[in-house]
Amino acid sequence: MKKPESVIIELAPRFEVGAKSALQNTQLRRNMGKATQTIRGKRASVVDELSDWESLRVAGQHIKDDVLQHLDTYLVQLEDAITRAGGHVHWAKDAHEANEIVTRLIHATGSKEIIKVKSLTTDEIRLNEALELAGITAIETDLAELIIQLAHEKSSHILVPAIHKNRSEIRALFQKSMNLPDLTDEPTELAAAARQFLREKFMSVRVATSGANFAIAETGSVCVVESEGNGRMCLTMPEVLISVMGIEKILPRWQDLGVFMQLLPRSSTGERMNPYTSIWTGVHANDGPQEFHLVLLDNGRSDVLADAVGRQTLHCIRCSACINVCPVYERTGGHAYGSVYPGPIGAILTPQLVGTAHADSLPYASSLCGACYDVCPVRINIPEVLVHLRGKVVAEKQTQPQSWFDGENLGMKAMAATFAHRSTYELAQHAGQLAQWPFVQEGYIEHGPGLLGKWTAMRDFPAIPPQSFRDWWRERQRDE
Amino acid sequence: MQVALFITCFNDTLFPNTGKAVVSIVERLGHQVIFPEEQTCCGQMHFNTGYQAEAMPLIRRFVEIFSQYEAIVSPSASCVGMVRDMYRFAAEVHQDTKLANEVALLSERVYEFSEFIVNRLGIQDVGAYYPHRVTYHPTCHSLRGIKVGDAPEQLLRAVRGIDYVPMTQSNECCGFGGTFAVKNADTSMAMLGDKIRHILDTRAEVCVAADNSCLMHIGGALHRQRSGVRIAHLAEILAAQE
Repeated sequence: MKKPESVIIELAPRFEVGAKSALQNTQLRRNMGKATQTIRGKRASVVDELSDWESLRVAGQHIKDDVLQHLDTYLVQLEDAITRAGGHVHWAKDAHEANEIVTRLIHATGSKEIIKVKSLTTDEIRLNEALELAGITAIETDLAELIIQLAHEKSSHILVPAIHKNRSEIRALFQKSMNLPDLTDEPTELAAAARQFLREKFMSVRVATSGANFAIAETGSVCVVESEGNGRMCLTMPEVLISVMGIEKILPRWQDLGVFMQLLPRSSTGERMNPYTSIWTGVHANDGPQEFHLVLLDNGRSDVLADAVGRQTLHCIRCSACINVCPVYERTGGHAYGSVYPGPIGAILTPQLVGTAHADSLPYASSLCGACYDVCPVRINIPEVLVHLRGKVVAEKQTQPQSWFDGENLGMKAMAATFAHRSTYELAQHAGQLAQWPFVQEGYIEHGPGLLGKWTAMRDFPAIPPQSFRDWWRERQRDE
Repeated sequence: MQVALFITCFNDTLFPNTGKAVVSIVERLGHQVIFPEEQTCCGQMHFNTGYQAEAMPLIRRFVEIFSQYEAIVSPSASCVGMVRDMYRFAAEVHQDTKLANEVALLSERVYEFSEFIVNRLGIQDVGAYYPHRVTYHPTCHSLRGIKVGDAPEQLLRAVRGIDYVPMTQSNECCGFGGTFAVKNADTSMAMLGDKIRHILDTRAEVCVAADNSCLMHIGGALHRQRSGVRIAHLAEILAAQE
């Protein structure tokens, strides 16, 4: 069990509880249904254009396998290359260390404000909150991140954090927080308001932070992929740039980027190519930031790496294809997952980062429909990892004395014992046929007892027919 | 050919007519059905819910019972998926090489009912007659798990008298997901609600699938709503004759 200091869930309710309240929000259901259906269609059409999509997925998977096999070597190679190019590399074992490093670096510049490129990794370590405690204001520059920040909410999607909000909700927010009472809900007007607000910051703030989509070990280049160009502003205008990157984001060779630049935009925004790709290598005199720091973050990733089945989770390039295609996410939205990583990838990543004991409902937040595995550009077998994590959750639960009074545990053990022999199995079949009679009405059970009641609370259950298949078979054999 | 029927505990107990339908079709096509009576449960529910220690004896038991047969056929895509994909995974995780080898030999002889008829026997028309309006729900494990492709639809389209109507967004999960239907009942029902809407939109009298588990979920809501729409396993449609 891990220490809660690296926990990225703050006292989040269990998934099924969070989901229940989200499902009652009909506006959210409409927003989510519309948005996910649209982006699914866009992705499918640009992926279908490529005849070699499956080979690209396999290539992506193999490159990431190689990265994880030789992570120690590639990390040191990256550090050397960045240092040679005039950058600085810092190592952070957890969120606390990473936040300390970033805070110290900002303090050294004397700045009280920073501009931020949209970054999940800095959300994971809750950098903004740590900076606020240190008297530093972090300004999100990604439009959707800005919306979330102004609304004092949490992101509900890794790529489009404000996916749960429609434009009239955003209009109301901007009217209030930017003091623009006459603002309409026209998308161009909303974008113009945000642009006005952000431009002032780009021109005046001297320090920026970012995450990183990729870092190339052989060259020391760091890459950020984005749509708006606001990231490009943050990466080029300030004097000091501090990037925080999970250790698994590394790629061995420059040419590997070619594979991922085909996989990522198509899977992510459903575009052939994203509008802005920024790549920089250390620092260059009179061009861009004159001071560059890369903070390499572990925060539980080494533990994920140690698990032979769970390891593939670190292949993730945060494209969000699995989230967009997930029928569970489509209904509940992202907040129910209680983590910066929602959807199928969150259901496997969060429990591994914080320990299954701290997120034991997440591996069950899936019907195992497999749509996520089909679209994953790096072929993470998400259903398999979910089942693996469920195994861990149960194994941990069974070491606790409470498990001896746990209905599910006892029921599962009893059923396993029943299925262990043909005789007990057949006995149970006959017992079921007899015991159900008080509940059966015209071939259906509409109000079942115990666990069955959880089913019949919402749908009917067919009565057990008086003759099982095997009894019919035996009768048939006798008659012949 | 001798065909060993893997009925699954679920169909054996709750949907015996599906088993009878499989027997009648396979025999009609000139093959012999064997029913290994020692079989109970493949362990899917336990394994997928996380009770893996409890599932392992069931997995070993299944492999022992079915290893001797040339072709094993089951009217459940999800139980076939368990044997073909998750048994390998279970053997790997438990570092049981003996089991892994046995599973590798066994799994290629395990067929879901529709893929057995279409892919192994090469037959689309099994001589069925079913004069009703029918829609088809491709279950997740048949579609994305074991990838039966359009085998069930090929069989349905060859049925005489049938009025086959595809449903929109058919590839989406119905929300069953085994214990998911109870553990995450609210989300499960939200998914089911959309599926039911797509089924009703087809004006079909019957909703067909290759898994009775998903059909029980769908049928449970259709019956609760008194919709008048019935559920039927694919095999039961194909067994019907004039």
